[in-house]
Amino acid sequence: MSTVAAIDPRHAAGQRLRERAFRTATFVAAVTVLLLLGGVAVSLLIGAWPAFTHFGLAFLTREIWNPVTDQYGALAPIYGTLVTSLLALLLAVPVSFGIAIFLTELAPVWLKRPVGVAIELLAAVPSIIYGIWGLFVLAPVLQRHVQPWLIDYIGPLPFVGRLFQGPPFGIGVLTAGFVLAIMVIPFIAAVMRDVFETVPDVLKESGYGLGATTWEVIWQVVVPYARSGIIGGIMLGLGRALGETMAVTFVIGNAHRIGSSLLAPGTTISASIANEFAEAVGDLYTSSLIALGALLFLITFSVIAAARLMLLRLSRKTLSPV
Amino acid sequence: MSRRAVRKLTNFAALALSGVATAIGLFFLGAILWTLVSNGLAGMSLKLFSAMTPPPGASGGLLNAIYGSVAMTVIGILIGGPVGMLAGTFLAEYGRATRLSTVIRFVNDVLLSAPSIIIGLFVYQLLVVRMGHFSAIAGAVALAIIAIPVTVRTTEDMLNLVPQGMKDASTAMGAYPWRTITSVIYPAARSGMVTGLLLAIARISGETAPLLFTALNNQFWSSDLAAPMANLPVVIFQFALSPYPNWQQLAWSGALLITLSILVLSISARFVVSSLNSGGRP
Repeated sequence: MSTVAAIDPRHAAGQRLRERAFRTATFVAAVTVLLLLGGVAVSLLIGAWPAFTHFGLAFLTREIWNPVTDQYGALAPIYGTLVTSLLALLLAVPVSFGIAIFLTELAPVWLKRPVGVAIELLAAVPSIIYGIWGLFVLAPVLQRHVQPWLIDYIGPLPFVGRLFQGPPFGIGVLTAGFVLAIMVIPFIAAVMRDVFETVPDVLKESGYGLGATTWEVIWQVVVPYARSGIIGGIMLGLGRALGETMAVTFVIGNAHRIGSSLLAPGTTISASIANEFAEAVGDLYTSSLIALGALLFLITFSVIAAARLMLLRLSRKTLSPV
Repeated sequence: MSRRAVRKLTNFAALALSGVATAIGLFFLGAILWTLVSNGLAGMSLKLFSAMTPPPGASGGLLNAIYGSVAMTVIGILIGGPVGMLAGTFLAEYGRATRLSTVIRFVNDVLLSAPSIIIGLFVYQLLVVRMGHFSAIAGAVALAIIAIPVTVRTTEDMLNLVPQGMKDASTAMGAYPWRTITSVIYPAARSGMVTGLLLAIARISGETAPLLFTALNNQFWSSDLAAPMANLPVVIFQFALSPYPNWQQLAWSGALLITLSILVLSISARFVVSSLNSGGRP
């Protein structure tokens, strides 16, 4: 009989066994993903515990970072992380918005794909490459041409001026923000483009039908429709900028202090860890660096989680896997 | 000016600015590539691929670093790839609509954008502290953890593209789900899954931060997985920041090498996808 295989009890039992084995394997792999995140959180907490118990809440509010006397405070790295990231967003968001508009509303069909791929390749360049490019190319350019101008013309102004005083080092908070901006542009632009493409054509056509210009359709139809996606994309970029390590380590100058000027060297959480961890001696020193890592994890986790929740409202399929 | 003229002018200005923004993005890609080529090409020679990293002042190559990078990337993808594919299979097939899957998807998305240096700290605590020393295997595990969320995401997306009719046909023949998945769904989604793996390889082969305190670095040739191992990103990091011209030249050459490989990987991944799109996709 030709169906003998299907009714052979041994064969059926073998099939059921394999089914159970395969199913269990996929389940275990899926749960591994959960365990990874849990494991990261727990291991950071354990590693950071000595520093947290030793310094208490003062760890968050002290600027001092002295391996010789074993005194550590996280204020300078936290400050540097936040300032460089905000600076990066300030520069990157308008550019990313422009790129997304160009790719969705303006570019002719033959140009869309090559330009889109080129922007995506910018995202594929490893961060260490941004680092050495920032140090050897961007920093000298900023030092010679941009920073003197900022010091001469914006430095004397009230309020804002304080941010642009002091000697032009080349490396520093401003340069780090600049490099971060270039790095997050492709991420924000890709999300914005994908989100803009979810706007139904009917809505846009209604706008055009009423006589609106392209810009009016973008600003009054596309942007309001895609608002949560736009914010999600920006926060995703913020998450990237907050945790970015190598690019910043090269150009920020690694000074554990808070300068009032953006031109002064500073440090970020990830740059401190990258620079000092492998050479850290003493349990409290290591633990303090892991505590910095735990803070970074907490900050980026909240930002990324918020971004993902906003993007979750949109269809998952329409968003690119980066 | 009439209101109509103002509107037209605003429109023109806004669209022109969006063109400028795109030009800025492309300019930086061009500038970075140009810097790499103009600085890195000078050091491109056979010696780069045949000699070890030298002490300051002496001539040498990057052989041990290239070997280390390839070895750790391969081991990383051998661990991370299967786990990611199986987890992606669970999300797309077995657990498609369960609450657990929603949570896992969310956690995976968070991991996808988590700072890689944190993964480095995690593996340091997990393996380096226990083993008592830095090791290549710790570096490979860190890379695997970074590869997993990328693979999970692309696998799930690609499996979801397989038409339901094909799955139903297989089930109607009396096939168990595992048989349907391995004999029908995987072959149908093959090129997409290959793309996912290529993207994962591209992602991990340039990672520096998680290797800094897992695999560390090694001045010499080492194929011992339990010992520190040289790797391109960390060598670039160390050599670029050094004051020695021969080290800096090697850093540039290494940077060019790594960027070219990653760009080739990313572009070929896109070709696989577009051949899939023009093929049997509904």
